[in-house]
Amino acid sequence: MNCWETVQAYAFRSVGFGERLLPKEDFTLCQQFTLIGSGMIWNVYFGALALALGFFLATAVALGKGAQNPLLRKLSEWFIFLFRGSPLFIQFFFAYFAFLSLKQVNPIFDPFTAAWLGALIVLFLNTAAYSGEIFYGALRSIPKGDVEAADAYGFSGWPRFRRIIWPTMLRLAWPAYTNEAIFLFHATTLVFFSAFPAWQQRGDALYYANYFADKTFNPFVPYPILAGYFILLTLCVIGLFGLVNRYLNRHLPQENRGRLKLRMNIIR
Amino acid sequence: MFAYCSDPATLESLRWLSCYLTTGKHVNLYYSVVTVLVLLAITAPTALAFGFAGATAARSRFAPLSWLGKGYISVVRGVPDIAFFLFFVIALDQAFEWIRHKVKCPDWTEPVRQGNDFIVCQAAKLPLSESPQWMHETYGFFLAVLTFAIVFGAFAANVLFGAMRAVPRAQIETAEAYGMSPRQSFWRILVPQMWVYALPGLSNLWMVLTKATPLLFLLGVEDIVYWARELGGTALPRFTDYPHGDWRMWYFLVLLVFYLGLTKISEVFLERLMTRLTHGQATTGGEAQRKAAA
Repeated sequence: MNCWETVQAYAFRSVGFGERLLPKEDFTLCQQFTLIGSGMIWNVYFGALALALGFFLATAVALGKGAQNPLLRKLSEWFIFLFRGSPLFIQFFFAYFAFLSLKQVNPIFDPFTAAWLGALIVLFLNTAAYSGEIFYGALRSIPKGDVEAADAYGFSGWPRFRRIIWPTMLRLAWPAYTNEAIFLFHATTLVFFSAFPAWQQRGDALYYANYFADKTFNPFVPYPILAGYFILLTLCVIGLFGLVNRYLNRHLPQENRGRLKLRMNIIR
Repeated sequence: MFAYCSDPATLESLRWLSCYLTTGKHVNLYYSVVTVLVLLAITAPTALAFGFAGATAARSRFAPLSWLGKGYISVVRGVPDIAFFLFFVIALDQAFEWIRHKVKCPDWTEPVRQGNDFIVCQAAKLPLSESPQWMHETYGFFLAVLTFAIVFGAFAANVLFGAMRAVPRAQIETAEAYGMSPRQSFWRILVPQMWVYALPGLSNLWMVLTKATPLLFLLGVEDIVYWARELGGTALPRFTDYPHGDWRMWYFLVLLVFYLGLTKISEVFLERLMTRLTHGQATTGGEAQRKAAA
């Protein structure tokens, strides 16, 4: 099988198209690149969707933590503490087994035990908690003058939030939020290593990298390939978030526009 | 464990639970909790040492050493860490065996890598195949500690590198004016002062380290995740005196609470440490303390 045929057979293996059996012996570099790349589909899927959905919950949680109402405030604080104070790995395990128990009660919960939904929910809640904390910090550092000016112009309630507070909050939070996004993409590699089963060997990039490392007993090829893919993904995320950052800062004088300063990830 | 545990089927719920939670397998679970705490206790100083070495290397005036330090910091930080965990365990194991192979069996002619196999001579095997079980477990644990230390050392190096640069330049200049050599000013002025700048970063790192401990499971150590899965699974009356359904959810809930508790305790402790370290420092925090005391 030459390389192009391998790509045709395995490019979408991780989502269930193409060759059914994984390569068993005589592993070529091409196979490793293709399959690990195929697994990246899942990493992008989990990361992008959790981030997009989590953004809204994060805003709500940040507002809740800054709210006057003690009930809302305590609720948000506990939500953030729960998800930031415990390992994501344990959260995955707990969620999986909780869904498994719920499945006994009602078959509605059947899809929740699959990674595409169950793990997505955990990642969504997790990133909402982490970004909620970031947004809350930004909310507290909005310059007083901005809000006073808004008041003076007669803004109040929803328009004040929509036009003044929210954009400023995003602008201040953006560098930290970019880190969080990178971080989340790296965290997606945990999904198939916690309890969630990789049905029919449809796994993410690390799942396949681990498969090759186990089969060849040579970690020096698949893991660097995985690392390469992740560096590419990270660069894409930085690029995209950099564009948004430029958009959010477009009204500032040139020298005040902060460039994104990035601190790379650590495990959550 | 208790005398009344001899026939569990007759016991009512609370006493049954007290018997259930003290079975031999549960004691293993408690041991693994201790393992986690030991891992934390060993890894934190080791990672700090790696970090210190990395940071001093990165600021070295000898260019190759500085590249080495900076390379270490940026490579480890750029890649998902669990990939590193999976990678280092095999890579370190093979590296150790390869070195022993070269030393102990110099007249071995066959290549070490034969296709998909990694073959070293019998004497170079780590741990030796005839060594007892506990040696194998300790070796696995040692590899895990080393892996954690390498990965977290890079993060610590980054924090310390920043902290060293955050110490006001005037302090070093004063040291130089007093005639201290670069070595003296580094050890006597820079190092004692950098901790207050490093602490926020390091405490963040500690939180992350505590939360990374369940990854031990991936490194093949029989840790709390392993035992929680093992003990929580459905237990049939045929195999145990304490049959129950699928309780894994509850076991992981307990683990979740355990980690939340660990986080809370660390938060309180680090807050106190920060107050102590700030004492007498030329920072806004130190100034506030001085004013409050006066």
